[in-house]
Amino acid sequence: MERTKIRFGAATRRDLLKGAAAANLAGAFPMPAIAQAKPVKVGLMLPYSGTFAQLGENITFAIEMYIAEKGGKLGGREIQIVKLDDESKPELGLQNADRLIKRDNVDVLIGTVHSGVQMAIHKAVTESGTLCIVPNAGAVAVTRNLCAKNVFRTSFSNWQPAYGMGAVVGKRGIKKAAWVTWDYAAGAESGEGFKQGLEANGGQVVQTLTLKFPETNFQPLLAQIPGLGVDVVGAFFAGGGAINFVKDYAAAGLKVPLVGSGFLTEGVLAPQGAAAEGVETALHYGDGLENPKNNTFRPAFKAKAGREADVYAVQGYDAAQLLGIGLEAVKGKIDDEGNLYRAMREAKIDSPRGPISFSKSQEVVHNIYVRKATGGLNKVTGVAVENLADPGTGCKL
Amino acid sequence: MIDTHRMLPQSWRGWAALAVGTAMLAALPFVATPYYVGLITTAMIGAMLALGVHLLVGATGLVSLGHGAFYGLAAYVVYLISPEGTALPIWQTLPAAMAVAGLAALLIGSLALRTRGFFFLMVTLAFGQMIFFVFHDTKLGGGTDGAYLAKPLIAAFGLEFSPASLPRARRAWPVYYVALVQLVAIYLVLAFLLRSMLGRVLEGIKVNEPRMQAMGFNTYRYKLAAFAIASMIAGAAGHMWSLHTGFVNPELIGWQKSAEALLIILLGGIGSLAGAIVGAFAFYGLGEVAQMITERKLLVEGFAILVVVILLRDGLMGIRLPRWRRRAAAPEARVHG
Amino acid sequence: MSVFVAQLLNGLQYGLLLFLIASGLTLIFGVLRVINLAHGSLFMMGAYAAFLVVRTTGSLWLALPVAIAAGVALGLLLERFLFRYFYNREHLDQVLLTFALILLFEESRSLLVGNDFHSVPVPAALNFSVPVTDAFSYAAYRFVVIGVCLCLAAALFFWVERTKMGAIIRAAAEKPEMVEVLGIDAGRVHLTVFAVGTALAMAAGALAAPLTSVYPNMGDSLLIISFVVVVIGGLGSISGAFWAALLIGLVDTLGKAYGPAFASRGGAGAVIAAAASMSVYILMVVVLLYRPTGLFGGRS
Repeated sequence: MERTKIRFGAATRRDLLKGAAAANLAGAFPMPAIAQAKPVKVGLMLPYSGTFAQLGENITFAIEMYIAEKGGKLGGREIQIVKLDDESKPELGLQNADRLIKRDNVDVLIGTVHSGVQMAIHKAVTESGTLCIVPNAGAVAVTRNLCAKNVFRTSFSNWQPAYGMGAVVGKRGIKKAAWVTWDYAAGAESGEGFKQGLEANGGQVVQTLTLKFPETNFQPLLAQIPGLGVDVVGAFFAGGGAINFVKDYAAAGLKVPLVGSGFLTEGVLAPQGAAAEGVETALHYGDGLENPKNNTFRPAFKAKAGREADVYAVQGYDAAQLLGIGLEAVKGKIDDEGNLYRAMREAKIDSPRGPISFSKSQEVVHNIYVRKATGGLNKVTGVAVENLADPGTGCKL
Repeated sequence: MIDTHRMLPQSWRGWAALAVGTAMLAALPFVATPYYVGLITTAMIGAMLALGVHLLVGATGLVSLGHGAFYGLAAYVVYLISPEGTALPIWQTLPAAMAVAGLAALLIGSLALRTRGFFFLMVTLAFGQMIFFVFHDTKLGGGTDGAYLAKPLIAAFGLEFSPASLPRARRAWPVYYVALVQLVAIYLVLAFLLRSMLGRVLEGIKVNEPRMQAMGFNTYRYKLAAFAIASMIAGAAGHMWSLHTGFVNPELIGWQKSAEALLIILLGGIGSLAGAIVGAFAFYGLGEVAQMITERKLLVEGFAILVVVILLRDGLMGIRLPRWRRRAAAPEARVHG
Repeated sequence: MSVFVAQLLNGLQYGLLLFLIASGLTLIFGVLRVINLAHGSLFMMGAYAAFLVVRTTGSLWLALPVAIAAGVALGLLLERFLFRYFYNREHLDQVLLTFALILLFEESRSLLVGNDFHSVPVPAALNFSVPVTDAFSYAAYRFVVIGVCLCLAAALFFWVERTKMGAIIRAAAEKPEMVEVLGIDAGRVHLTVFAVGTALAMAAGALAAPLTSVYPNMGDSLLIISFVVVVIGGLGSISGAFWAALLIGLVDTLGKAYGPAFASRGGAGAVIAAAASMSVYILMVVVLLYRPTGLFGGRS
């Protein structure tokens, strides 16, 4: 598939981070600000190195693309972007968030991909009060017990896609399922969604198999599956783990169909190859999704990034759209927090994934689609759940 | 003898340097922006951890890859003993964190110190990894994503310094000064310890352990004491981290954290106590500069470490000490004690 | 019962791969007394070498010899220009040197190949599965890995046990001073050992690439477990590393397969499961404390 073949080399990365250094230096020595001309500073705290580099890359391209579409201005104000590589390292998370918030004095922080780093960002922005938009990390706490008035998420909660998948297999009359995942927060949160989706539709998860994160020796788990007597196996893995799991699952010749949260096949179909053929997953985006917005978004993204758009690009684009709506509503006065947050919470956005809105806990509400891996594409075959909102348990907003 | 003395502010110059350094750090918040106050706090915490490691590596010649575990463990102790969302005063959390780190160190050290050299390195690594997995793989401390904790209250004698009551620009100050006081206190305690009987015996162990045993010292007990004290200092640093950030994650425990502490003391100069502090400031300063000027921070860090290991063998302090070698047991001309 | 057989097979295959990685580590440590934290990165580079070979030539058969050759070349360079100067340095310096190499290897990989995930296809002739039980199959390539690992293990064993160089290596692993005392060209021995060790790590990476795909930092999780194998097997002992790797492969596999069943029973079961997940580290500590020559080495 074209999308994953394009390499993410040094040149792209240099282009991407160009200007970031200068902006950082400027931040270290604050210059007298001229009130009217002062741009809105948007800090992007994303992975530009390591395992998740490509995700951070696509999110960034999409954000820049939206701002460029609006002529470089949102709500009448110039937008200045400051980028920072978070390396997907949770232990550096607070320090990195502080770099943007306190050193570079950003008005908005958009980030990040890794859930552990997100928890650090969340800590920093809830203390500083900086507006934060989450363009990927799905840790449920961000919009549940830890929800905050200045934090919005345009991507997903880990619970959502897996709930959609559980609901779909439940509706098909499947009674017994197994759930396989890494023994870590995102795996457990997805598992909870799968279980609830299935139970709401008459089925149940009879066995959960887990593996230490981020190990990839799946054979001992796979060998147990034939003995479980289940009708379907649901899974949550991402990145390298997702590649190996799907390949090993196919090679094990198991007769039980494999389904999963969308990340099982997202962005990794090319390395999975034939092994992924026919695997069904649920996600808020997919290939061949027909709507006017998507039809203009995809070619535009490809022209900008040199590769096909994916779910990460969509999430980044919507983060920028959400910011645009907020800034528009307050005419660029980002300090008008009450009105800014209300406008963002009430936003109805025309996303490439379809119409989206936000729940009370400021989590995205969107359709979850069923997709089937066919010929290197995650083809959308239907809607799993329409306008699915995260329960937002424990949020007091 | 000579070596131990160098670790202390032995002359009026040493004391003057300490006083000037402390005064400069004490004055810093008045001129720096809140971000840099926070950054220096981080560097001071790194310096505390490095001071503890110095007692092991620099003074005793024990290289541990499990020291980060005591640092992380202490931070998690604050999380575990604070009832949901309720902050405890620092005079409760600090002793608790240090005590747990010290007890864990007594337990682990009593086993690990039966080995030496590479084996010691591996045992400490193994124990460190076990503690890492306890917090990484169980729900005890929030799992892989880490957990928030209520920052301990800076309160004593009925007074409370609540950062929230201060203007925004000064909110980082209380934690900063707590870190500064602790750093200076740890430095002074170590300086006196190293000049005491304990310090001299440790130095003797580093140079020639069998000789010390022949002289009638129970070297195992001295090493265990050093290991426990170093871990309690690491615990104080870990506690400080929880106070500074209010956030713990398993990566605080991993062996990479231990490697970072080793790098700091090597960078500053392994021969002196002050080297640990200089090294920490240099390390965080380098990280900050590398992040600002390049998109390939890791490449810069990698080369910087290579340069230090290959060229700057005596670190920034440039004080040369006889090095503990693989065949340290061989008779050496160096006279000690 | 047949599930149990399948699990044993899993343990065997995982253990053999661990052996390839750990054998290089144990040689380098046993003879040179250098702690090489970058060994996991060498595994990663072997896997990327296989990926590049398959991408340019389309042949996986070439990948293994190329990875071995690249490993030998890299090993020679590293020994000659870097590690040679660190044999008599403190462990501290060695730890930091190899820590720096991890950063440099990963960043070089990022610069040259990028950060994407890539699969390494198995040759068409091997792209099928063999049924092990009626409902569980085993990829044919896994049998190839088992076979190649066994061949390499045999060759390594012959080299160490039956050749003159092997005798020197065994002597050096026991007493490093021996080499110099015997008037042997120590430089040549060191160079050879380091090159072989590096080549073994890269060969392991190349073999594993089709199974695991290639991605950044893929060697990280294998580094620590390889150290465990080395310690349990006894430093410098090839046969020790072999049996230790198989033991750990089995313990780990069976622990994963049957441990969680205990955990779900709560209480004491959870404790047992937690202990099972740390079993290899506990085993390592016990070996270090009571049998520092390793469980299987035990020559002295």
